[in-house]
Amino acid sequence: MDLFSNLALGFATAATPLNLGFCLIGVILGTLIGVLPGIGATATIAMLLPITFQLEPVSSLIMLAGIYYGAQYGGSTTAILINMPGESSSAVTAIDGYQMARRGKAGTALAVAALGSFFAGTVATLLVAIFAPPLTAVALQFGAAEYFSLMVLGLVCAVALAHGSFLKALAMVVLGLLLGLVGTDIYTGAPRFTLGLPELADGLSFVALAVGVFGIAEILRNLEGGQGDREVLGQKLGGLFPSREDLKAMVGPMLRGTALGSALGILPGGGAVLAAFGSYTIEKRLSKRPEEFGQGAIAGVAGPESANNAGAQTSFIPLLTLGIPANPVMALMVGAMIIQGIVPGPNVATEQPALFWGIIASMWIGNLMLIVLNLPLIGIWVKLLKVPYHVLFPIIIAFSSIGVYSVKGNAFDLFAVAGFGLLGYVFLKLRCEPAPLLLGFVLGPLLEENLRRAMILGRGDPMVFLTRPISAGLLVLTLAVVVIMLMPRVRRKREEVFVEGD
Amino acid sequence: MRDRSFDPTDLAAGVVFTVLGLAFGVSTLGLERGTALRMGPGYAPLVLAAVLTLLGVLIVVAGLRSRGVEGIGPLAWRGMAFLLSAPILFGLTVRGLGFVPAIFLATLLASLASPRLKSWQVLGLAVAITLFSTLVFSYALGLPFRRFGPWLSF
Repeated sequence: MDLFSNLALGFATAATPLNLGFCLIGVILGTLIGVLPGIGATATIAMLLPITFQLEPVSSLIMLAGIYYGAQYGGSTTAILINMPGESSSAVTAIDGYQMARRGKAGTALAVAALGSFFAGTVATLLVAIFAPPLTAVALQFGAAEYFSLMVLGLVCAVALAHGSFLKALAMVVLGLLLGLVGTDIYTGAPRFTLGLPELADGLSFVALAVGVFGIAEILRNLEGGQGDREVLGQKLGGLFPSREDLKAMVGPMLRGTALGSALGILPGGGAVLAAFGSYTIEKRLSKRPEEFGQGAIAGVAGPESANNAGAQTSFIPLLTLGIPANPVMALMVGAMIIQGIVPGPNVATEQPALFWGIIASMWIGNLMLIVLNLPLIGIWVKLLKVPYHVLFPIIIAFSSIGVYSVKGNAFDLFAVAGFGLLGYVFLKLRCEPAPLLLGFVLGPLLEENLRRAMILGRGDPMVFLTRPISAGLLVLTLAVVVIMLMPRVRRKREEVFVEGD
Repeated sequence: MRDRSFDPTDLAAGVVFTVLGLAFGVSTLGLERGTALRMGPGYAPLVLAAVLTLLGVLIVVAGLRSRGVEGIGPLAWRGMAFLLSAPILFGLTVRGLGFVPAIFLATLLASLASPRLKSWQVLGLAVAITLFSTLVFSYALGLPFRRFGPWLSF
């Protein structure tokens, strides 16, 4: 069977000592920064992105993927130990994980989270390996109209899953699209929105935007004062290894969480978060003792953690098969691929099978490394939690500046970082989510290009989007999402979910 | 907190989006729009700018109709002043002074953003970060930066 020879190729690529090394570095760096308070996975990757540009494309993407899992893992660790989820997808873990920690079962909670994540990661990696090739075959049939409709669907989903008001999220997407169009028009060479600056002819720097909006803006918010250093759990961690009963209690939630997460992860716009919330709700419903939830139920940690990790993994499917990012982290990966000279899309699998399967294999290796490394190293991570924030942020600023500068050796990009930092902070204060902005920014040029191509191919008739079956299907799906989103019941429910998440 | 009859964050966000939409819209006017068949460079930007302006207005309207629960909250003025100028300073000096002095100055400036560090701590932190990043980025990763620039050679 092809699957095995493909996976063998993948493991052969990912398991070279060099790539194993970069995977390891990525996983450690990711955990390190994910554990540090106040920085989520997106900001972490945005900051470390430039470091990977010096590497070979495969090594660079393997390391980035490692940073991603590491940061996710680090986020759950802080959720459990100090009730401070590193990012929204581990917010659910904090509910019961922190309660377990307070009752002296922090070690068990961490182990359950790690085991659940590992299991989910293994299953989801296998799913990616099974489903990616047929999907790329479908994707190769896609023309400009299909791509356009797919991106519209993706952006609408991103709006649906963003926190806060729809209108604001929609406006952020549109603003992102506009920012993405800054630079020279590819068809006519006309400069657009460049304000006469030659530095803008190539467009705005993607890394500067990501670092500014996700990194700098977040630091500014933390500097507002009013919050002291976080209280780190004083008690002992307790035994690491879950008892037989604990293991029994986690099997069901883990399986259900993995299934839910794998399915929702493919959805554009942060399916992993939704999966974690969904899993928690399901487990609470199914439980014989729902009153335990919120008091330190193992199922409340195992389910959401598995769901969130499975979702994180399967969100690679749209990226690898279509070249379309499902969430901000995947948008960063697209940026990384483009800078490395790889055009993300269905051709990657056929033209660069080693890269494609190497990344998939490295996902599993990365997850394995996390579980082997992190359970024994947990003591070190706990110590790191005590590093005060006012020591951390100058380090972050220094590294981001170096990173952004190293991409093109261009001082203008550093001014852009400051500008986007300010913009991002203003939007945070106005309660506008930055994630849709970044997705819009990455998709802007692609969306426009495919629109123009489709219109030329369709001889100027917009019906081309409806007469081609796949494109029409995608647009119907988009419409369905919009309708569901606007239903009053869903609207209220959505607000509740995200209020809990904050 | 004072009860308002409008939501200040929505209102402000709406105004920001409207202004940005208009600004983008105005700067597309010099671009060729083309036809639906052959879209010019100005087609998509104009449509998007119009949509952004419209959304901005809708957000303002929504803000006027809903009741604000919380205001905008405290602003990190000191943070903005020092933190945002750090990458700018790095950008201005990295060519002339070279990597080592530029990163030292930028870190120094950034650490002033928090009032909680004493001056000797700020200095120590800046020295430590400079040493570390020079070792890691310049020596270990071999990024092609000049460690000391032309402004410092006499």
